[in-house]
Amino acid sequence: MQSADQKSKWFTRFHIDGPLFVGLLLLAVISAATVYSASGQEWAMTQRQIVRIGIAFIGMLVIAQIPLGAIERFSLPLFAIGVVLLLGVLLFGESSKGAQRWLNLGVATIQPSEIMKLAVPMAIAWFIAEHGIPPTKRRMAAAFILLMVPTLMIAKQPDLGTSLLIACSGIFVLFLAGISWRLITFFAVAIGAFIPILWTFLMHGYQRQRVLTFLDPERDPLGAGYQIIQSKIAIGSGGIEGKGWMQGTQSQLEFLPERHTDFIFSVFSEEFGLVGVIGLFLVYGFIIFRGMIISMRAQRVYQKLLAGSLTLTFFVYVLVNIGMVSGLLPVVGVPLPLISYGGTSMVTLLAGFGLLMAIATNQRLVMHD
Amino acid sequence: MKHRRVTIRDHHAESALFGRRVFVSLILVVIAFGVLLTNMYHLQVVDHQSFQTRSNDNRIKVVPLAPNRGIIYDRHGRILAENRPVLSLEVTPEKVSNLEQTLADLQALLNIDAQTLQAFHDNRRRERRFNQVILLDRLTEEQAARFAVRQHEFPGVSIEARLVRHYPYGDAITHALGYVAKINRNDLIDLSEQGRHANYAATRVIGKLGVERYYEELLHGSIGYQQVEVDIHGRAIRTLSIEPPVPGQDIYLELDVELQQFAYDLLADDRGSIILMDPRDGAIRAMVSKPSYDPNWFAQGISYAQYQSLLNSKHSPLLNRSTQGGYPPASTIKPQLAILGLEQGTITPETRIWDPGWFQIEGVDHRYRDWLAWGHGWTDVTSAIVESCDTFYYDLALKLGIDAIHDDMIRYGFGERTGIDIAEESTAVMPSRGWKRARFNQPWYAGETVSIGIGQSYWTTTPIQLAVGTAVVANRGERPVPRLLHALQEGEVVLPAVVETREPVTLKKPENWDVVLNALNLTVSSIKGTAHRAFADATYTSGGKTGTAQVRSIGQEEEYNAEEIDERYRDNAMYVGYAPAEDPEVVVVIAAENTIGGGGSVAAPMARKLLDFYFQQERDDAKR
Repeated sequence: MQSADQKSKWFTRFHIDGPLFVGLLLLAVISAATVYSASGQEWAMTQRQIVRIGIAFIGMLVIAQIPLGAIERFSLPLFAIGVVLLLGVLLFGESSKGAQRWLNLGVATIQPSEIMKLAVPMAIAWFIAEHGIPPTKRRMAAAFILLMVPTLMIAKQPDLGTSLLIACSGIFVLFLAGISWRLITFFAVAIGAFIPILWTFLMHGYQRQRVLTFLDPERDPLGAGYQIIQSKIAIGSGGIEGKGWMQGTQSQLEFLPERHTDFIFSVFSEEFGLVGVIGLFLVYGFIIFRGMIISMRAQRVYQKLLAGSLTLTFFVYVLVNIGMVSGLLPVVGVPLPLISYGGTSMVTLLAGFGLLMAIATNQRLVMHD
Repeated sequence: MKHRRVTIRDHHAESALFGRRVFVSLILVVIAFGVLLTNMYHLQVVDHQSFQTRSNDNRIKVVPLAPNRGIIYDRHGRILAENRPVLSLEVTPEKVSNLEQTLADLQALLNIDAQTLQAFHDNRRRERRFNQVILLDRLTEEQAARFAVRQHEFPGVSIEARLVRHYPYGDAITHALGYVAKINRNDLIDLSEQGRHANYAATRVIGKLGVERYYEELLHGSIGYQQVEVDIHGRAIRTLSIEPPVPGQDIYLELDVELQQFAYDLLADDRGSIILMDPRDGAIRAMVSKPSYDPNWFAQGISYAQYQSLLNSKHSPLLNRSTQGGYPPASTIKPQLAILGLEQGTITPETRIWDPGWFQIEGVDHRYRDWLAWGHGWTDVTSAIVESCDTFYYDLALKLGIDAIHDDMIRYGFGERTGIDIAEESTAVMPSRGWKRARFNQPWYAGETVSIGIGQSYWTTTPIQLAVGTAVVANRGERPVPRLLHALQEGEVVLPAVVETREPVTLKKPENWDVVLNALNLTVSSIKGTAHRAFADATYTSGGKTGTAQVRSIGQEEEYNAEEIDERYRDNAMYVGYAPAEDPEVVVVIAAENTIGGGGSVAAPMARKLLDFYFQQERDDAKR
């Protein structure tokens, strides 16, 4: 088993977590294949996606080399930079599709909310870990305020989906840090009680309409319900075995909107069926499970919280996207992580996995020593 | 502060707490995946069928395919109705972003007039959404070329090749052949009442008149279907399956287009009808109604103004005079009345009466005038036909009585439809006591019976009825059903049409046929015959009867002078005949309206020319 041992050493030296790497690579292959099919066999588009995956993987490996101490120390500054950039977006941001998300820095346009996807869990984890877990109520309240700043700024852009996901990444840190079940129950009840108030007093008629359409898309089959109906038709018509790669009529004949981006899961389900879906779930499950293992094995609380939060946030992405395209959740515009066409989320997500790998391999180095 | 906290940190407790939370998280993750998977199971397994169906509904469009309409030939295989490809410019308004601008651009490009544009807007209102609406039918090559170059600038506008019915002989055969025209609301109602509307899903035109209408089911064929896979824009990606339409059957008519054209030209500017029919089987060789019109107007889409002009013309060009024109038969029915008189014993071949030039009912002052003012003198049944003595028939009719006349004449087909294979046929009027009571609520007067004797009064006949009535005499009783259909093409096989007959007229004394046929032959051949001059030096034998029908009753002492009275009140010139005399193979009927001159001077010469042409053709065919 010397070669395996050598390989393991080679992986360890470059801070690569083998299982995670294999899982991510599988997703990359699925992504390229599905984008190729969903784009109507457009090779140029697929090529761009492959290049992006390559760049994002390199980014991940580069981040994996950063010493953990540096990462931990950089947590708060990164958060601060993020907040400043978000402020910049709100003041001088560039609009696209009715929302200001981009900041033109002269050399490049960046989307500061993407930075926050990493900076928020890093900063909250740092803030909590510094004083041990479970955190005191005051610290927790402070962490909560820290969390709300970027969340509200992003919500203002407006980008409700991203702001909720960023809020989640912070809340996961708090949850993993062990905030009391009493408090969790309290918040759950409070949110539950708030919904009817929101519905009756705070929501506009069109917003209520949107919720009703989500609950029953057939109410508006040609308007807002169209996407979700076509998506469900695509998924359902796939059946157990699927229609075959590049054979999905819903996607190939363009009945499915946003098929290579947010609704790529529908294309995948139509063409690969329930069998393919179970396979995909296993890959995602494997990656999430591996992420949680890494967090368990991490030595420092900061590392544990960060690794756990990043993994759970990744899971939420999967849950929200699949839930939304299969009609369980409202359509909020969250891509299927690591599979949907598009570079920004790919880079951010793999940067997160870079951090996980840094934590994982660092751990092992310590253990080997 | 930091240092103090570190000293009291319990790493084991922290790890245990974190481990518990990770455990809870993983359970939640598993539950969430379970929910997603359950939902997927529902969509992809439980409800799979329904989603499969909806997916197919999305992508599969069934496109009906119109069958090609059957071709109509004459008896010699000359095309009377065909389908010609025509280029048309069609617009799908829903696919055009700025319809007004597009139309304005097209108008400038192709010189479209305002009327055409208006017609387009009218059509558009009638078409279903997302259907193509014809903007210009019959594009010229130049227009097609000019548009083709700039087609990319006009999304939603395209040139389509369609098959349009074409009638190469134009107005010469219109009433017999009929025409097709765009299916209208009433046609749709009729079709759906007959359960045939599904067969017309792709069809744009339907037979509206004549043979095109009567044999619609044969000519139309059966619809085909094509399953195409379409994308979201409705573009056909590929054909999944095709069930080709079954084209309509080609049919052959008994008409001889050369004869038809000759007969059409024969009437020149006169209104009227000419029929040439084989008395043995009812085959119609020529059937003309004038004035006529070009059936292509209807096939290509007639304009409102054009249609109104046809509809409102005082000469009624839309009327098929051969089958719908109610003409007083005048003297042309004298042979049938003579046979009735002989059969009833009212007269014998030898019975003679004295004709002073008029007839009077006993005890009544009114004089019924003979056309020959000074009278025919002693007249028997034969000379009464040959010279067309009216007085003889006034007397005969009065003796027979209206009841006997009515009951006998309907045996020849007068007063009822002949059963010719076109739908436009009227019964005309064979009057009776009951008819008059129903029509005018008046009793029948003896004076009216007198006029019936010379085919006037209320008695009207259609030329096709006269053809049948003459055929019965020529056939010695056999009564054919007139027929335009000669045969149908059934694949490679040509199936002849079914020959129909009606109950024949049987006589107690068949030799009475000979008496009347002899008289009809003498009308042509004897020097005294009213058709003698017209048929002088004919190369064939024939028999016939002239008739001159008064359109307006003339006062007791009034002189009739055709040149002086209003054209509309001039006499109609009639002629019925058959040839050859010994073994008739053709019956001719001429009805010319409001002519200067009567049956002998106008109608008989037409019959002569037509029969000359017919026998010349026969000789030419024999030589070949």
